[in-house]
Amino acid sequence: MRAISFFRQFVEVVLAIAIAPLFAGWIAQCRAWLQNRSAPPLLLPYRMLRKLFFKDVALATDASALFRATPYVLFGTMVLAAAIIPSLVTDLPMARVADSIALVGLFATARVFLSLAAMDIGTAFGTLGARREMMVGFLAEPALLMVLFNAFLLYGSTSLPSLVDGYRTHPSIIDPSVIFAAVAFAMVALAENARIPIDNPSTHLELTMIHEAMLLEYSARHLALVEWASSLKLFNYACIGFALFLPWGIATQGSDGAGALLIAIAALIGKLVIAGAALALIESLSAKLRIFRAPEYLAMAFLLAVLGLLVHLLLGA
Amino acid sequence: MLLSANHWISGLSETLAINDLHFMLVIVGAWTMLGFAGFLRPHSIRFVARLLFPAGAILCLGIAFLAGLFLASGQAPQFVVLPLGLPDLPFHIRLDVLSGFFLLLLGVGGAGISTFAAGYFRSGEGTAPALLGLEYHLFLASMAVVILADDAYLFMVAWETMALSSYFLVTSHHRIPEIRRAGFLYLIMAHVGAVCILLSFGVLQGGSWQFTFDAMRSAHFAPFWATTAFLLALLGFGAKAGLVPMHVWLPEAHPAAPSPVSAMMSGLMLKTAIYGMLRVSFDLLSIRFWQWGVLLLVLGLFSALFGAIFAAVQTDMKRLLAYSSIENIGLIFAGIGLSILFETSNMHLFAALALTAALLHSFNHALFKSLLFLTTGSVLHATKQRSLGKLGGLIRRMPWVASLALIGTLSIAGLPPLNGFVSEWLLLQSFLFTPQLPHAFLNMLIPLGAAALALAVALSAYVMVKFYGVIFLGQPREPSLVSARDANWLERLGLIWLAAGCILVGALPQLVLRAIAPVTAKLLGDTVKSSSTFWSIAPIAQEQASYSGLILLAGILSVVAVTFVCVRLLAHGRIRRTDAWDCGYPWQTSRMQDTAEGFGQPIRHLFGTFFRMERDMPSASDTAPRYRIYIEDRLWRSVYLPIARGVQKLSDAIGFLQGGRLSIYLLYSFLTLLALLVFVL
Repeated sequence: MRAISFFRQFVEVVLAIAIAPLFAGWIAQCRAWLQNRSAPPLLLPYRMLRKLFFKDVALATDASALFRATPYVLFGTMVLAAAIIPSLVTDLPMARVADSIALVGLFATARVFLSLAAMDIGTAFGTLGARREMMVGFLAEPALLMVLFNAFLLYGSTSLPSLVDGYRTHPSIIDPSVIFAAVAFAMVALAENARIPIDNPSTHLELTMIHEAMLLEYSARHLALVEWASSLKLFNYACIGFALFLPWGIATQGSDGAGALLIAIAALIGKLVIAGAALALIESLSAKLRIFRAPEYLAMAFLLAVLGLLVHLLLGA
Repeated sequence: MLLSANHWISGLSETLAINDLHFMLVIVGAWTMLGFAGFLRPHSIRFVARLLFPAGAILCLGIAFLAGLFLASGQAPQFVVLPLGLPDLPFHIRLDVLSGFFLLLLGVGGAGISTFAAGYFRSGEGTAPALLGLEYHLFLASMAVVILADDAYLFMVAWETMALSSYFLVTSHHRIPEIRRAGFLYLIMAHVGAVCILLSFGVLQGGSWQFTFDAMRSAHFAPFWATTAFLLALLGFGAKAGLVPMHVWLPEAHPAAPSPVSAMMSGLMLKTAIYGMLRVSFDLLSIRFWQWGVLLLVLGLFSALFGAIFAAVQTDMKRLLAYSSIENIGLIFAGIGLSILFETSNMHLFAALALTAALLHSFNHALFKSLLFLTTGSVLHATKQRSLGKLGGLIRRMPWVASLALIGTLSIAGLPPLNGFVSEWLLLQSFLFTPQLPHAFLNMLIPLGAAALALAVALSAYVMVKFYGVIFLGQPREPSLVSARDANWLERLGLIWLAAGCILVGALPQLVLRAIAPVTAKLLGDTVKSSSTFWSIAPIAQEQASYSGLILLAGILSVVAVTFVCVRLLAHGRIRRTDAWDCGYPWQTSRMQDTAEGFGQPIRHLFGTFFRMERDMPSASDTAPRYRIYIEDRLWRSVYLPIARGVQKLSDAIGFLQGGRLSIYLLYSFLTLLALLVFVL
């Protein structure tokens, strides 16, 4: 293991932590433009975080240690996930720690912790949010795993860096199954990150909210960490999507120079700009589904992913 | 480091030149003695529980140590023939790697459960202490003998001892009618299963009338007879393991038993059925067919999904765990099925991968399911409540039990970096290779199997959030819960042992994988080469997939620590305690939280076809509105009740034989003798 790998690993993690709120700010800005509102400043998420970090925590009397530990656990799992996903380079020392299936597991760990913390105080909204979050989660996970199966069939690996390397060595593979998988992945990513059409991140309407209902009891630095972890999660999902479907620009094995790293950073930022705008467009064009339509939506994502698998197997056979 | 430890262990066993099997038999004997020793002071709970049970736990550790030593040293199988039993039918006993692995599981799980049981049993509850101790230790000893038996005769004797001792343990509160009924159902299912196993052995002896396993191994079968033996074994062992549709006894018997007994049954006894299935299908039968693999895979996946869905709608905490056992057994059977499928297609490495996943999951399930059943025992003692609707908020009253239960909850939900994830990850990895199977049609369908697996695993996370959240989090739903007391130190010790096992196996699965490697090498001729490093596993190839629980755990902990320090240094640590916010709604009571029914409602809505539901909805004008929902397994009405009615009719029909007069019965005996004479002559 070379020192340069560790350095680039460090750069990648720091960059992820630093620009994840920016990505969230960019999406909010695009949404405002698309909806004819005057846009909030791009750096608003950072100011929010700063404000929250310096406020006093107002903690419910009955809150247990689990409730107080959860923001740190969420942040920890998301940072670790960012270290595993090849957003800039594929030669990552941490990438051998977990393949993409383990990554799905890591996201599930974060989800379970957040749901448990939401149930901790024992308010009506907290348990409601936890129940809905777990429902969306257990439906989204199989669909996501099917997408990863599809990638495995194409490149023979579940490790994300190997997938990117595999794509770069055989770029000629254009398989129709990829399109199905990409659509399924996008649908799952929307659901998992509490975006429209499953959840609306910008409302606190009691009867419809999922993710926000779980955060109601959090305040100040706890809330800041949870929000930061949420934006990191969105960033991570975007980077998984890039690694699976748009791996251009990521510095592969053997390209060591600083130039490759700079190109990778530029490519990542370019992709994030486009992906954020696309996400804002999807959110502006679609309406939120009723909560009991969510299973249909996720079943559709799942079926698309399975169709992709079948298409691949049929064409390959 | 691990390599050198291995080396050291094998060196140790060589220098000591011990015969593990002899020591194991001594331990089995000692368990039996412990059981009878209770009658020295039959009513003293202090003598039986505080002295004999810890001794039993130490013997468990001993058997685990011996089994581990045997697996690490790579010795040849050891035999003993005991001159006990019927004339000309001595007991054959054999220790090989497969039994070694399951004894390791039994010892590790049993040690935690016995320690807990030492603190759990109180005087004046159910069966007298001495009798309880006897049943408990006979149960342990018979499980060990089942695993060590090398002839069908001893196997069946031990199997029946196991069934009967556990039956008496289940019905230790026999004054409650529901418990008697649950025990009866268990007894019937255990015996139907035992008959199937007996018939399977009858087929396996292949006309040689030799009932030693050695004779069965060398017998050759036509495909029809091999399949018959396999199917009978599947019925018999499946009934014991709780495979759908033979699962009905499990959600009745596990809640009825005292918690340490539920833990033993679910964590350890179900594994003897897995052991039996592996013994018959991989060792005793010399041929296998891919259709068997498909059958096991389908049954296993269906059980997994079925168990998870039913667990999600339960309102009794022990029933919930019992259904979750059905789910986990389903996952194990799916792994075995996949292994047969690969093996019959000559893909031995993948077969070894699937079998490794199944064995590791058996081991993990023994750890976390025992842990959770034991925590329900502590909760039961502290609150006298089994219904989830009357619990809540116990994390503040029982911090020890709550934090140890959290570890079990996260493990069973299949979350990294704990142990449940590792086996589920390996199982998913082995599913990835199914497109290489030479059956074009299956290749299309098996990805759906992987999806069913993923759905079951994800659902189990849902179930466990419900389990933990409703019992330990939120507000207490009953005023009496405020006085709940935490577990005593023996109970804590047992829980800590199992929870530590969950963390250790999650961080360093290699420890168990090394014990599994000789098993797959013997059964399938190939092993999963866990990579040379001691911190990560890469079952097939490093660039294909690798996982390291240790670094993941260390990573999460260090990022959490760094974040915590940074937040404290750069910001501040001030906290103000206030009321809960809850969108500013001021009149909150503990009844506004989700009940267990409420938390399971999305599952009822989504998977309604699985259940038979009866609902009483209150009308708008009710003065005392009550909402009641009753959920039942469809299989109960469509399969079990018709069978029961059929049996009833049949026995009514032949009931006329029982005239009640002695002369009639003498006539029957005479006629039977006559018939036998004709048959013999």
